Amino acid sequence: MEPHEFPHIEQQLAPVFERHGCEANQLLKILREVQEIFHFVPPAAITCVASHLGVPRTQVEGVAGFYFFLSLKSVGKYRLLFSDNVTDQMQGNPELMQYFCHKLWLEPGKVSEDNLLSVDSTSCTGMCDQGPAALVNGWPLTNLDRDRLDLIAELIHDKKPVCDWPSMLFEVKDNIRRAGTLLGEPFKPGAAIRATLDRGSAATLMEMEASGLRGRGGAGFSVARKWSLCRAAAGDHHYIVCNADEGEPGTFKDRVLLNSYADLICEGMTVGARIVGATQGFLYLRGEYRHLLKKLEEVLARRRATGLLGRSILGETGFDFDIEIHLGAGSYICGEESALIESLEGKRGRPRNRPPFPVTHGYLDQPTVVDNVETLACAARIALQGGEWFAAIGTTQSTGSKILSIAGDCARPGIYEYPFGITLHEILGDCGAEDPYAVQVSGPSGTLVSSKEFDRRISFEDLPTAGAFTVFKRGRDILQVVQNFAHFFAHESCGFCTPCRVGTQLQKKIVDKITHGHGTVYDLEELKHVGHIMQSMSHCGLGHTAANPVLDMLEKFPDAYEHKLKNFAFEPVFDLDGALETARNITGRDDAWAHLS
Amino acid sequence: MGALVMSKAITIDGKSVSFIDGQTIMDAALAAGVYIPHLCHNPEFEPHGNCKLCIVSVNGRNMTACTMPAAEDMVVASNTPELDSDRQALVQMLFVEGNHICPACEASGNCQLQAAAYYLKMLSPHFMHFYPPREVDASHPDIFLDLNRCILCELCVRASREVDGKNVFGISGRGIGTHLVVNAASGRLGDTNFAVTDRAAQVCPTGAILIKRQGYKIPIGQRTFDHKKISEVQMEPVKRTEPEHE
Repeated sequence: MEPHEFPHIEQQLAPVFERHGCEANQLLKILREVQEIFHFVPPAAITCVASHLGVPRTQVEGVAGFYFFLSLKSVGKYRLLFSDNVTDQMQGNPELMQYFCHKLWLEPGKVSEDNLLSVDSTSCTGMCDQGPAALVNGWPLTNLDRDRLDLIAELIHDKKPVCDWPSMLFEVKDNIRRAGTLLGEPFKPGAAIRATLDRGSAATLMEMEASGLRGRGGAGFSVARKWSLCRAAAGDHHYIVCNADEGEPGTFKDRVLLNSYADLICEGMTVGARIVGATQGFLYLRGEYRHLLKKLEEVLARRRATGLLGRSILGETGFDFDIEIHLGAGSYICGEESALIESLEGKRGRPRNRPPFPVTHGYLDQPTVVDNVETLACAARIALQGGEWFAAIGTTQSTGSKILSIAGDCARPGIYEYPFGITLHEILGDCGAEDPYAVQVSGPSGTLVSSKEFDRRISFEDLPTAGAFTVFKRGRDILQVVQNFAHFFAHESCGFCTPCRVGTQLQKKIVDKITHGHGTVYDLEELKHVGHIMQSMSHCGLGHTAANPVLDMLEKFPDAYEHKLKNFAFEPVFDLDGALETARNITGRDDAWAHLS
Repeated sequence: MGALVMSKAITIDGKSVSFIDGQTIMDAALAAGVYIPHLCHNPEFEPHGNCKLCIVSVNGRNMTACTMPAAEDMVVASNTPELDSDRQALVQMLFVEGNHICPACEASGNCQLQAAAYYLKMLSPHFMHFYPPREVDASHPDIFLDLNRCILCELCVRASREVDGKNVFGISGRGIGTHLVVNAASGRLGDTNFAVTDRAAQVCPTGAILIKRQGYKIPIGQRTFDHKKISEVQMEPVKRTEPEHE
């Protein structure tokens, strides 16, 4: 579309500008609304937004081109994104997507000729326990099958607005299968704040220290240490941010916490705010969890109304704190804390150079604490029940409990809370895993564990995890699993540094080559070589961990790839038959004569 | 600067290198005449740290020299076979992700990517070529923009922002789709206020930004890197401004 097709764009965007003001850090919020109005971000809107915010046009185009839920080309009135996590894949999502595309004469990634709809795949939408899943215009669809897709096709054909679609399509269940101290015990809103005020900030920080609480997002940094550093850092303002950008494929425990334990999370943030001296907090909610936004806003409103947020919290003069929800727009890397802060500032989600660290120079260069959803929930419990109580649960290095998001080949997928130190054996028994062969612990960036290691324990000492626990039964094609992960990293690399931008692509291409039966021993060595470069030279954790599943497979699952290898030591990457693919697509042929044998 | 007593020091490859607070490992190294390979760094502009060629081992941990502040007692290893081999792989990655045709490229002999490849003893691109479809923009009267050769160092982005005050360039897309964009709704360089006299027109390390009507004025064989190594050339401006250093 040409810019001249939007002659009234300034009037159309006026209410958006009215809502968000003219600070540059509102850019991402504004672009999300632009996308909703036009079903893409047209060049004219980029120019208009740039002049409104007083930033270079290139900056607006840079942000619009970065996030997957924003697009520079029209994606149609309806955009259906099939989740391509490995669990969705095992539940048949690729076939369902093909069925849907075939039915509606669509090609994935391309908008229909009448500009009505487009279909594509997207990274894990966090519905692994009730897949196959998809998003329509950002709203989650669960338990997909052909019947539901037929219904969806009809609804789209009738141009029915998504808000009028039957609610059963959007049903999201919590599926809490095992509750421990965090999920199981009742919690009265305000109790942890009251305890913090009574005890005092310094003493509450001591309780955090005594609890041994470590970050639940994966890195496991000491919460007391992070809060102390931020508390001691000089700055005009201090900020506390709840990282609800739960993007690791296979993880969905934060979805449940946000849905049913929002008070606990807000309470943890408020306690943290009191300790580090923050008056403003942000909850960075991943775009895929947009369906939770309204409910969360209601929780915030209720807390304001009952004196748990806002000015003079619980009557304490000078204790002012409020929380603003910031919606992401489809980017895994924004779960990395400095990329998240960039995104909060309305920028591309590119991890920052460190030092300085966010605790001293975070949001708007001010001291900022970024904590995982589950971490903050734990912090609220500790503020209420004390550090010693918490430290008595779990192991020496890993105190407290851990919430796992269990999915894949098991009878009872869902949320399980265990004290740290639990073995994989026990977990697999509880979730009803039949003949388990492998488990991906902590998602693609974590560890691929073989059945020989099922006596290992979930803990920082042994198998650390951010929460994903994906089960594979005997007979599952581990190479296909790893291929899925390799594609994921290639799709989510931010593109900033050479080793990750190029390395994740090389890894994907080599794994594809092996999957297609063209791999040789040489390619295995290449995977190790590329993996080494990503691990040692990358800018951030994404690149450092992107080779994990591939290297784990090479080491532990030779059966997964050996039979796929050609016998000779080298096969050129150029695939003669593959090169005819474009011609086959143009002619619409896929018969034997259109292939080289 | 000369008046300050440089008492603090780090060690790079066994050599003591003094620094002042605020200097990065790269700053300190360049000032002391110690060469650490780099492509996206140019002391004129804010450090960026994305090519990763300058990664060094600091007390056993890999760090980006151009962005990491120097701190007392850092023991830095840079000129090691392991790091040079990893750097070579990075240069190879940059070659295969774009479309680089050295023998036919106007920038040949003046290209830092090519010179870095020679310096790191790269004999072939090693990895599979991506052959990405990328655009050539000839809309500007004086300048070609050939994205086939862009290595995303963002030197033009920084120069246009920091020196020219124009913001002609920016970065959009993500992952392997990351690409340079220009400040015009049409997406054409000719519709921006870019001028051949801009600093940003002079900083491209490869041949992505080419001045028109200059092609082959200096014959191949007489160009910058035909006579000097990249290490010598990249150290020159620093030596000029810091003559008192060894």
